[in-house]
Amino acid sequence: MATTTAPGPVRPTGPPAVPAAAGRRARRRKSRRLLLPYLLLVPALVLELGVHIVPMLVGVWMSLLELTQFHIRDWSTAPFTGLENYRVTLDLDSATGKDLVHSFWVTVVYTVASVGLSWVLGLAAAVFLQRPFRGRALLRTLFLTPYALPVYTAVITWSFLFQRDTGLVNHVLAQLGLVDEPPFWLIGGNSFWSLLVVSVWRSWPFAFLCIMAGLQNVPADLYEAAAMDGAGFWRRLGSVTLPLLRPVNQVLLLVLFLWTFNDFTTPYVLFGGAAPREADLISIHIYESSFVTWNFGLGSAMSVLLLLFLLVVTAVYLLVTNRRRAYA
Amino acid sequence: MRETTGERWARRIVLSLLTLFVVTPLYVMVTSGLKPLRDVQGDFTWLPTRPTIQPFLDMWRTVPLGRYMVNSLLVASVAAIVSVAIAIFAAFAVSRYRFRGRQLFSVTVLSTQMFPGILFLLPLFLIYVNLGTLTGIELYATRLGLIITYLTFSLPFSIWMLVGYFDSIPRGLDEAAQVDGAGPMRTLFRVILPTAIPGIVAVTVYAFMTAWGEVLFASVMTDENSRTLAVGLQGYATQYNVFWNQAMAASVVVSIPVVVGFLALQRYFVAGLTAGAVK
Repeated sequence: MATTTAPGPVRPTGPPAVPAAAGRRARRRKSRRLLLPYLLLVPALVLELGVHIVPMLVGVWMSLLELTQFHIRDWSTAPFTGLENYRVTLDLDSATGKDLVHSFWVTVVYTVASVGLSWVLGLAAAVFLQRPFRGRALLRTLFLTPYALPVYTAVITWSFLFQRDTGLVNHVLAQLGLVDEPPFWLIGGNSFWSLLVVSVWRSWPFAFLCIMAGLQNVPADLYEAAAMDGAGFWRRLGSVTLPLLRPVNQVLLLVLFLWTFNDFTTPYVLFGGAAPREADLISIHIYESSFVTWNFGLGSAMSVLLLLFLLVVTAVYLLVTNRRRAYA
Repeated sequence: MRETTGERWARRIVLSLLTLFVVTPLYVMVTSGLKPLRDVQGDFTWLPTRPTIQPFLDMWRTVPLGRYMVNSLLVASVAAIVSVAIAIFAAFAVSRYRFRGRQLFSVTVLSTQMFPGILFLLPLFLIYVNLGTLTGIELYATRLGLIITYLTFSLPFSIWMLVGYFDSIPRGLDEAAQVDGAGPMRTLFRVILPTAIPGIVAVTVYAFMTAWGEVLFASVMTDENSRTLAVGLQGYATQYNVFWNQAMAASVVVSIPVVVGFLALQRYFVAGLTAGAVK
């Protein structure tokens, strides 16, 4: 961001020796000028406070209550239990704790794989579309389409493709002679892979969009110079493209990580509510724990832990990437 | 700089595979909407045995799609317009003034983006319900409640992107307007907004897309009357039958406005991302 002090809407002020009335007016104008930015922020602040910050704090408080179905109607009657919900959640010998840890690891693997693949595909498409050729604009538009589609229509379509008896996936596999018995894609072990494919299909266009935007700032003569020095494709990618994309990648990877880790819609629509154990992402797991068992205190405790985890990861990530950038 | 033969083939192969990956579901979505029901209930066929537009007619009756669509249109449009209006003022403040708390504001607003939706879904639900019983302002299961919720979802990114856009407008323009005696609001409306129109349009479309595609809050915060497409489209899977052809037809109809809007404005998204990310 620009570091220069903004002039602000200052009008040329009069000579230093001003009469008292004019001085008051000038002061009033000055205080109005100081207040103005805050006034402009009020609507945004009120809404963010009301819909995000306050509910989040309420959520933290709820995690300290025994908020089961007996108390949900009048939740002021819910007994305060301190850290009991956290103890239950983190008790790794209990079924609750084991399931949460399982769900956590499923989410970690899912996120790393999805973000990694999305980034690689986005980079590949952006790099190969740098050079002008016939049909380039069409391909660019096409590649952005999955991102533009409403998530649920995309996921509903994929769930149709993954149907065991009527879906395209099994039809193609059977035609290629790869399977004898059509496998299930939306239950059992395969469900994780289905989820991953849908997720990558959805998010790689966003990576593509960002990397493409980043590449527009790369001067073409840098490549010329690198090619002149005899740098091949991989060398140019590693020594020119990637270093110049570092600021874009820093933000892009973080955003993709947060989106994917918190992803609720993809599994929810793909599996129609309850996800198979193999694809039990953390958001779905918390949703199920809250709404199916009607234990909202426990669900809130899990959400708070999730937020803490994301905060720590984000902080560490920003620290490490900023330091590396400073040394580079 | 010349492309080597190897690079050319690598480019062709990679781009072809990506095209196949992207197009297959889109193809199935569009063609399955033209299939009679028995085509989608038997083995998969690449082409409709007998193309029909019947699914596009039946889909309005199987579920009250019209009502869902009105709800979604209303919620998404109002949320988008209000959110962008609010974002414009906030971005103007952040871009043109240096005030105490400026950094804090930016960081706080952006960090709300990382909150897991599930964390504030339930508290928000309880707040809306209690607000209704206390003050009579019904936010739970109403379109107003959804509008308020959704406009905060797009706010952080909209502000961030508009700050980037506004920053790229030379301050000399503001100063010239001020010399002519224009106040801050006049400067914003007469100088900055006209220059930033592409960015504002892009942000509006983004806000509309966000509201149009949201599922988690819609699934908890709506009833039959305020239900949006995001939840309503799951109605084609009934207990006895799944009307895949109608679900695909409805998906096509629901996707068209946002896809067309986004693709028409893709240039401005790229420009906005560039302005926001490179600073």
